[in-house]
Amino acid sequence: MTVEWGHFALILALVLSLCQVGLPLWGLVSRDAALMQTARGTAVGAFVFTLLAFAALTYAYVQSDFSVINVAMNSHSTKPLAYKISGVWSNHEGSMLLWVLILTLFAALVAMARQAIPLPLLAAVLVVQGAVATAFFSFILITSNPFLRAMDVPAEGRGLNPILQDPGLAIHPPLLYIGYVGFSIAFSFAIGALIHGRIDAVWARFVRPWTLLAWSFLTLGIAMGSYWAYYELGWGGFWFWDPVENASLMPWLAGTALLHSTVVMEKRDALKVWTILLSILTFSLSLIGTFLVRSGVLTSVHTFASDPSRGKFILGILVFFIGGGLSLFAWRAHSLRQGGLFAPISREAGLVLNNLVLATMAATVLIGTLYPLVLEATTGDKISVGAPFFEATMLPLFLPLAVLQPLGTALSWKRADLWAAMQRLSWVFGFSVLVMGIVLYVTRGGSMIAPVGAGIGLWLVLGSMADLWLRVWRAKAGWAANLSRLIGLPRSALGTALAHAGLGISLIGIAATGWGTEVIATVGKGAEIPAGPYRVVLEQVITRNGPDYRETIGRFQVYSDQNRLGVIEPGKRLFIGQTMPKTEAGLMTIGLGQIYASLGEFQTDGTVSLRLYWKPLVILIWAGALVMALGGFLSLLDRRSRIAAPKTARQAQGEAA
Amino acid sequence: MKRQRARSLTLAVLLVMLALAGLSPLRAVEPDERLADPAQAMRARALSAGLRCLVCQNQSIDDSTAPLARDLRILLRERIAAGDDDAAIKRDMVARYGDFILLQPPFNPRTLVLWTAPFVLLAAGGWVLLRRSRRPSALEHTAPLTEQERENLRHLLAQDQPDTPSGHPPHRS
Repeated sequence: MTVEWGHFALILALVLSLCQVGLPLWGLVSRDAALMQTARGTAVGAFVFTLLAFAALTYAYVQSDFSVINVAMNSHSTKPLAYKISGVWSNHEGSMLLWVLILTLFAALVAMARQAIPLPLLAAVLVVQGAVATAFFSFILITSNPFLRAMDVPAEGRGLNPILQDPGLAIHPPLLYIGYVGFSIAFSFAIGALIHGRIDAVWARFVRPWTLLAWSFLTLGIAMGSYWAYYELGWGGFWFWDPVENASLMPWLAGTALLHSTVVMEKRDALKVWTILLSILTFSLSLIGTFLVRSGVLTSVHTFASDPSRGKFILGILVFFIGGGLSLFAWRAHSLRQGGLFAPISREAGLVLNNLVLATMAATVLIGTLYPLVLEATTGDKISVGAPFFEATMLPLFLPLAVLQPLGTALSWKRADLWAAMQRLSWVFGFSVLVMGIVLYVTRGGSMIAPVGAGIGLWLVLGSMADLWLRVWRAKAGWAANLSRLIGLPRSALGTALAHAGLGISLIGIAATGWGTEVIATVGKGAEIPAGPYRVVLEQVITRNGPDYRETIGRFQVYSDQNRLGVIEPGKRLFIGQTMPKTEAGLMTIGLGQIYASLGEFQTDGTVSLRLYWKPLVILIWAGALVMALGGFLSLLDRRSRIAAPKTARQAQGEAA
Repeated sequence: MKRQRARSLTLAVLLVMLALAGLSPLRAVEPDERLADPAQAMRARALSAGLRCLVCQNQSIDDSTAPLARDLRILLRERIAAGDDDAAIKRDMVARYGDFILLQPPFNPRTLVLWTAPFVLLAAGGWVLLRRSRRPSALEHTAPLTEQERENLRHLLAQDQPDTPSGHPPHRS
């Protein structure tokens, strides 16, 4: 019965979403405040019922109720509890349910947040949220219903795709979806502003925390996905420019631009029309990402649940919201008051340059991802747009932007002195170039990109530190006083520095891939293979049973000179209910680097082919992303962006009046 | 000094541009396929990293463990060992499998939009911005305040005196 209750709750959530669109919209038309107020209750209600539906499906998974088709197709009774739960969103139907759960959660949060949003704007925002939710509830109920029962109940489930049975991928979709879907709030606020006809610095202040929240989670989600691909797919790469990865990178790039443009809008009351457009585009890219992944139009290593018949439905949703949003923008944008102009050398001009480059990068990824599809559909020609294209186009856009970033942060608002800003950073710049030069000299003959990339990364990290230092340090004050000044800085300033430093840290990690080593060898028992400054020795080959799999592993001892550092056990796993074995990489983290071992075929003579990598500083790639997200969360704690901040006396007065 | 700084920045950017070419890391092949000559082996790896595994999903034949990828790798290594140059090998691969096999799409009329789009977009955006910033600043041509406005302003300022707004952090000037 629980499953039927879940199904029923999902239908009720759809009905509530329809009310969330209809009632406040009527209120907006008839200027009826009471009707507008219903937006809050319906939004919270829709969330509660979606949560109940989600809980019911989770219950079916935990109980291994194989009379539910979705559970039978994607779970197995021997699966550990954690993977039974993550199995809920490791398939198409369940992941769409998670998608709307997060969508309705965000709407409910906006409805309950203590931001002093004017009622008409709030109502308009929740109407748009309700419309998006309605579309996706319909999509789930019509084409992807996870609650359908089977006529013949199988005794056992088919099992979760083993590649998905992994702690990293269990939490990857929730993080990513919070990011994707969180941008819907900026979209709804943009549509709300276009309907409402008013847009000012206060609007930016409402939107910014939600964008920041979505961006931070998306950063974590992408990093998690990248790390998962790194250790799970067994090639040791961390980014493949795969369409599904691109689908998450596009909203991230646009969202990053949006974060920066809302700052300009908040501080200088400028870039308003562009910020509205960017809000629409960012969520549009999230929708396109969902479409690309869920419709199966792409062939990609990550698309596990693809069904072209669903594609048309999502395409319809896509056309309606993106087309509708952009049409509304075209129709209403001229009625928005343009912001002020500004000097070419100023903080805001730097942020405009940032937006220009980031938007171009997002467009490049979009064009590169869709071009083969469009070309094949129009001319029938098949081409591949792979990593070489993206590296050739994205790096020339990104690296100059990275070089200019610390300088931009050093400029003041309105009218800045470029020369003074350069002077302030000259020590840091000089030091970074010096380090780059030394590394270039030491590693001469090797890859050029590694030292240059690492140098730019270092410049980003030190530039952010210098920014804080210059804000805080007063020679006459003591250390303690300076430290308390640092802690006393606005959280957003600390968050900004942290996020930019995180970008630099990631860049150093990416650059350092150029210093890695790789060995491919056929090894037998006792074989000794070098891995950078370390070496590994094959001790024995073992076959053993796990909770729901059987695996054959090679046990390797890792040595540094004569010291034994530990054991790595790369191997192959065959899961119950599956026929293809899955490669498990053997990883050992030493400092910031990793030894990465992956096994190929086992030969009849007891040897096995091995790929062994030493990847120096590789941890920095994901550590940098963590630091970036941490910067985002720290900024969220800033009093200016606190979502549930107690109302100030003035705001309370304003409401009473 | 100023010019030097600008020059060193330009130099850094140029260096970066120059170094862009060799980023893609080399990945794996089976041990028994390797060529004995290290220079030839490097060429083989670089070539196979740019060729798509036709039966895989977005993998190069260098990354892939599929049998077809292995066959292509062996074919490619035989050609290299026989002394053929990279361009000829690529040409034959394209002749047999079409442009689809190249992970880096060739530059031709059909991919013109793809290859030029990033730079056209950047240039177009930059041009719009330049035009906007060259327009005489509205700030410099505003009419002076009327006497009535001055009076209102004095009134507002006097009102605001007791509680100064504290939301915005002070900025460096």
